Amino acid sequence: MGRQVSEPPTYTPFHPRWYRPRISAWWWLKRRSSLAFILREVSSIFVGWFVVFFLLLVAAVGGGEVAYQEFMRWAAIPGIVLLNLISLFFVVFHAVTWFNLAPQAMAVHMRGKRVPGKLIAASNYGAWVVTSLLVAWIILAGSR
Amino acid sequence: MAGRAKVEPFLWLLFSAGGVVAALVIPVLLLLFGLSFPLGWLSPPSHAHMLTVLGHPLSRVTIFVSCTLLLFHWAHRFRFTLYDALQIKHLNELIVLLSYGAVLVGTIAAGVLVWQLP
Repeated sequence: MGRQVSEPPTYTPFHPRWYRPRISAWWWLKRRSSLAFILREVSSIFVGWFVVFFLLLVAAVGGGEVAYQEFMRWAAIPGIVLLNLISLFFVVFHAVTWFNLAPQAMAVHMRGKRVPGKLIAASNYGAWVVTSLLVAWIILAGSR
Repeated sequence: MAGRAKVEPFLWLLFSAGGVVAALVIPVLLLLFGLSFPLGWLSPPSHAHMLTVLGHPLSRVTIFVSCTLLLFHWAHRFRFTLYDALQIKHLNELIVLLSYGAVLVGTIAAGVLVWQLP
């Protein structure tokens, strides 16, 4: 403290380094909660795959009867069926965790009171059931 | 960085909207077109019926908007998967560019396909 301001600062030869422990790329395997987090993240890849699959269907329908039948045959290849089965598992996992999280994301108030979380989650599951039935009904109305 | 701060909440909004669409409609569509029809559990709809369903103006708009939101949902989660899980941080700009570039390509493809339906 007693030094003059004009005095040059003194440096130590020792250079401290940041304490940054290396984290393995597999850190998320150590805990169930982090594994669930990563599986939820990975579900997005299957959402992307679904968009491709669905747009191919739209293209086939637009392409005419023959293209549509060809798409249906292609969709029945074991590898594609397996990919869609895995996709379904991941997307359902996404849906369930998404709806369970909804009460935290939506703070709905009615008549000055906060709507209980269970009710919000239940209404989301209800919307899921109604949407699924509606889509299935529209598509299956044309079953041969 | 001000521009980034403004765009980030908007991206999260698109991510959430895509998440809702994904949760509500993908399971039933995958169950039908991915499993039930190919495996013969249910008989598939005729081509004429599919054309009527997909060709309806409301369907066209819904398909286009849904595909865009789903792609945003994918891109936003995917880029953070690479960032957080695999810790690919040095390629962040490239990943962001490729992810949202794919969204743009997919959106254009969806628009063209829906537009071209007879």
